[in-house]
Amino acid sequence: MLHIVACIKQVPDTKIIKMNPKTNTMDRASAPAILNPYDEHAVEEAVRIRERYGGTVSVLTMGPPPAVKAIKKCIAIGADEGYMISDRKFAGADTLATSYALTKALEKISQIKPVDLVICGKMTIDGDTGQVGPGIARRLDIPPLTSVKKVEEVNKQDGYVIVHRKIEDGHEVIQSSLPCLLSVEKEINEVPYASFPNMLKATRYDPHIWSVDDLEDVDIKQLGLKGSPTIVAKVWAPPKPEGGKVLEGNPAEKVEQLISVLLERKELFEGRGRA
Amino acid sequence: MAERFDCIVVGAGPAGISCAFELAKGGASVLLLERGEYPGSKNVMGGVLYRKMMEDVIPGFYKEAPLERPIVEQRFMMMDKESAVTFGYKGMEWGQEPYNNFTVLRAKFDQWFASKAVEQGAILVNETVVTQCIVEEGRVVGVRTDRPDGDIYADVVVLADGVNSLLAKSLGFHKEYRPDEVALATMEVLKLDKKTIEERFNLEPNQGCTIELFGDATKGILGTGFLYTNKDTLSIGVGTLLSGLIKHKIKPYELLEYVKNHPMIRPYLHGSDQQEYLAHLIPEGGYKSMGRVVGNGVIVVGDAAQLVNAIHREGSNLAMTSGRIAAETILLAMEAEDFSEALLDRYRVKLMESFVGQDMKKYKDSTHHFDKFPQYFDQYIPMMNRAASQMFTVDGSSKWEKQKKIWKEVGTAREKIKIARDAYRAWRVMK
Amino acid sequence: MNLEEYSGVWVFIEEKNGEIAPVSLELLGAGRRLADKRDCKLSGILIGNNISHHAATVFEYGADTIYVYDQPIFNDYRTESYMKALLHCCEKYKPEIILYGATSTGKDLASAVATDLPTGLTADTTELDVEEDTGLLLASRPAFGGNIMATILCKKYRPQMATVRPKVMKALPPEIGRTGTLIREQILLNESDIRTKVLEIVTDTTKKVRIDEADIIVAGGKGLGSAEGFQLVHLLAETLGGAVGASRDVVEAGWIEHHHQVGQTGVTVTPKIYFAIGVSGAIQHLVGMRNSSLIIAINKDPEAAIFEACHYGIVGDAFEIVPLLVEQFKKSMAGEEVKHGGKV
Ligand SMILES: Cc1cc2nc3c(=O)[nH]c(=O)nc-3n(C[C@H](O)[C@H](O)[C@H](O)COP(=O)(O)OP(=O)(O)OC[C@H]3O[C@@H](n4cnc5c(N)ncnc54)[C@H](O)[C@@H]3O)c2cc1C
Ligand SMILES: Cc1cc2nc3c(=O)[nH]c(=O)nc-3n(C[C@H](O)[C@H](O)[C@H](O)COP(=O)(O)OP(=O)(O)OC[C@H]3O[C@@H](n4cnc5c(N)ncnc54)[C@H](O)[C@@H]3O)c2cc1C
Ligand SMILES: Nc1ncnc2c1ncn2[C@@H]1O[C@H](COP(=O)(O)O)[C@@H](O)[C@H]1O
Repeated sequence: MLHIVACIKQVPDTKIIKMNPKTNTMDRASAPAILNPYDEHAVEEAVRIRERYGGTVSVLTMGPPPAVKAIKKCIAIGADEGYMISDRKFAGADTLATSYALTKALEKISQIKPVDLVICGKMTIDGDTGQVGPGIARRLDIPPLTSVKKVEEVNKQDGYVIVHRKIEDGHEVIQSSLPCLLSVEKEINEVPYASFPNMLKATRYDPHIWSVDDLEDVDIKQLGLKGSPTIVAKVWAPPKPEGGKVLEGNPAEKVEQLISVLLERKELFEGRGRA
Repeated sequence: MAERFDCIVVGAGPAGISCAFELAKGGASVLLLERGEYPGSKNVMGGVLYRKMMEDVIPGFYKEAPLERPIVEQRFMMMDKESAVTFGYKGMEWGQEPYNNFTVLRAKFDQWFASKAVEQGAILVNETVVTQCIVEEGRVVGVRTDRPDGDIYADVVVLADGVNSLLAKSLGFHKEYRPDEVALATMEVLKLDKKTIEERFNLEPNQGCTIELFGDATKGILGTGFLYTNKDTLSIGVGTLLSGLIKHKIKPYELLEYVKNHPMIRPYLHGSDQQEYLAHLIPEGGYKSMGRVVGNGVIVVGDAAQLVNAIHREGSNLAMTSGRIAAETILLAMEAEDFSEALLDRYRVKLMESFVGQDMKKYKDSTHHFDKFPQYFDQYIPMMNRAASQMFTVDGSSKWEKQKKIWKEVGTAREKIKIARDAYRAWRVMK
Repeated sequence: MNLEEYSGVWVFIEEKNGEIAPVSLELLGAGRRLADKRDCKLSGILIGNNISHHAATVFEYGADTIYVYDQPIFNDYRTESYMKALLHCCEKYKPEIILYGATSTGKDLASAVATDLPTGLTADTTELDVEEDTGLLLASRPAFGGNIMATILCKKYRPQMATVRPKVMKALPPEIGRTGTLIREQILLNESDIRTKVLEIVTDTTKKVRIDEADIIVAGGKGLGSAEGFQLVHLLAETLGGAVGASRDVVEAGWIEHHHQVGQTGVTVTPKIYFAIGVSGAIQHLVGMRNSSLIIAINKDPEAAIFEACHYGIVGDAFEIVPLLVEQFKKSMAGEEVKHGGKV
């Protein structure tokens, strides 16, 4: 039976986040915490693979206690188990320290039930890097497959997967040995509206929560802020572009002015616009 | 395979949460269904929460609930275009335990309140819309939700789905509201720092003030406005009967913009930033437009049962009390294993005996009355303002002369009789 | 770790279908500036099969040195094989800075390499600078969905690495005949050491115009109301001979496929003319198009942020303006043609 672990994160909804115009800081409280939208697709894909081949779907997150809510959301999508590592010592982690901590948790999960496949989202909307997934794969020494837009086959018996990996002008079909790690694109699936029984299950579900002490062989120096090579030195508001010229007059006049602007660049239109 | 509960409560507002809390505490298995992302996420209220009725559910709640400010001052402003007559009461006894009432932001408060019901054992499922009651053989036996595999069954269903309860309507418990039975309220939450609020409203930290606005706040349309102080925000809103908006062809947000820019109000808001804009209906038809509140296997509570005191803009307290009484009745019904309308009707009886029923009856004619006689709003308030202006302007004439002039302005003898009659009528409906 | 041992700026040269990816040339431009400031060498690192001839181009675009791993095993990009080559090279030559294009390949490779080294990696950088005396790389990038910009530093580890958004940096004009040092490297790798295999590469031919290469882009937003309304964008694009772009909300609404999306989570574009029609001008959209040479906005809300980001703006209803524009444009182009005809 397959054991698939999806790594998920709770993030502030950056679509709603408000900026304090005076201090140029984010008002994090203004943005509700949501399950990283890309990770929903990771969980959904794990669930779909389970539906095709049987097995168990677990989700794993590193985050503060309220992140339990994100795990519950995954249970509603259809995950079977949820694991969370939560400890002040993890705080302030960059992608390197995050992948280290998650790897330690995955090693522990493997002791409960060996892991065949790890699935990550393409990226988080707050960290926005897409680096954690490959980082985990390297640490576990399993192949990372990023930009996955389709899972064609998972064959535990013969130990391989076949996936489609999105590239700039198409896709490549890749075969990899199992276990491996996939980072999936949003387009890989659509997450359906959760069923009511799953909602109920999510409401009642209590995830496994571990602190640093529950993990084995942890090098504290590699965790959290201490274990993070990158430092955020300065934060500022993106520069506001300067406004341009607003064309005046009635619609026809405005269009006329615009046409003359366009005709200044008429070499661009040579051989065009005669349709 | 579908799961069964003793009771399903639809809607996690004050009515539904109180009911679920009491039921769970009483040992019933309760499912609380909420369509919003979390309780309070879609809820609108100016924000005065009354201590007494909340304490009937959770004694001492104010020690841990996320409240904004305890109210120590209540002001009333009778507004004309460029003036206002203001009166009110401020009392330090309200600033200490057990307090009188509080401003709250529902998004925070409802979430906390619901977590208390969950602690008691209620199961809260959010983001799920109940689309209809499942009725079998003349009895409500469960609800259908918008989710796949979404039918759920229970002995009793409590409809706490708020104003305009589609579910109660679909059971035929009440008709579509007439525009003179509902008010449309719009409000904004404005961000303003703590210090400024306290200076502007003459408050100490952890003290709050409410100002109810009448007259020109609604451009003379029947309705009221309000301005409340929260921790670091202000809530400002106006609500008028739908019929008034239709008649005056005015859009609700225009009214809100109007009051925000009113010279009596603008200085309070200066420098604040809009944080939220909300609009909501308030059932204001009162006792006379209340529909049925019980049926076989079903009870209606809170706004869904039209339980709002339009005159005092109270609603959350009636909601909580009705929810609590409904729960008590259901626990009785569980003991008797009888969920018929006949038994559940004890809820209606108890409700009518409580302050809820008493208040509903007391003000049963108020909305209709004021709606029929718009002069209260568009004539008398301006008149009061003119009188006050005359009285307080120091221009060398004697106070005696002034009084004479004011009285003259009030009008001819015939008009005076009319005013006296209106005053009497108003007293009759309010008393 | 002795930071002094590390020197030089490297650019990972991405090769695909026999060509160097444009972003690699852009990075040579950016890398040159950093290297000059640090007074050190700029190097390219090129991995692949039968790719050595690209070295000439890399020199012409500004590199002093190029490290080449030209072996059959590198025929297809695979994380594990490429990573091993890069790690090998890093260990041997100890660069101070490595830049990668923020493409699917660049990001994939950089993430793996960063973990193994280990070192810090800044993703999706849009601004680069270096401290002259310390060599500290100042990599700035949009974060929190583009709501803020952040400068990321990696003080204690070397090399410092960043992936950089395509189309943000400028390539230098190639200096024909410019050369440098080619260093051939090799590693011992067996096919059996690599756990992934590329079975097939499928090029999507349905995309007629790749919007990141188009000179003219007509982009539409949610303001067009519906998939039908969005046809207006197609109409104008067709008339002008441009490609169609879209805001994220439009893509999410399903009016057009994702590869037309411009912005933070879509493509960055720098066409000669960019039309934004019914686009509000959210920062996440702006970061993807603000380097266009001429930006024209049509929006009915005079307060829309897009007017602050455009060169010319028309406040008006797209459904009125665009048809007029199409009509007038056709007329004037037809007029041009007649004139030309007259001359001959
Ligand atoms: C502007 C304004 C100011 C007010 N000011 C005050 C005040 O200061 N003090 C006061 O006491 N009262 C005030 N009220 C009145 C008060 O808000 C209401 O009386 C009170 O909220 C009623 O509580 P309720 O639980 O019955 O309904 P609601 O609070 O409306 O809760 C109903 C809940 O049901 C959910 N729901 C609805 N339909 C469904 C469905 N089909 N499936 C699942 N869930 C559903 C809703 O999302 C909501 O959470 C004010 C009202 C307004 C509009
Ligand atoms: C992490 C993150 C990443 C994101 N990435 C991207 C990205 O890559 N690309 C992107 O575009 N967005 C992105 N967004 C979303 C972005 O924040 C905006 O939500 C989005 O760009 C808005 O799209 P819009 O302008 O089409 O729609 P709206 O904001 O709804 O604007 C519609 C505009 O049309 C105007 N309008 C309406 N009717 C008409 C008419 N008849 N004629 C003319 N004008 C009319 C309106 O005035 C309005 O200004 C991202 C957001 C987040 C949080
Ligand atoms: N704190 C975390 N807990 C669990 N998974 C994470 C965490 N951070 C990142 N991930 C996973 O790594 C992916 C890429 O994240 P990022 O590198 O932050 O963009 C996400 O989509 C998740 O699948």
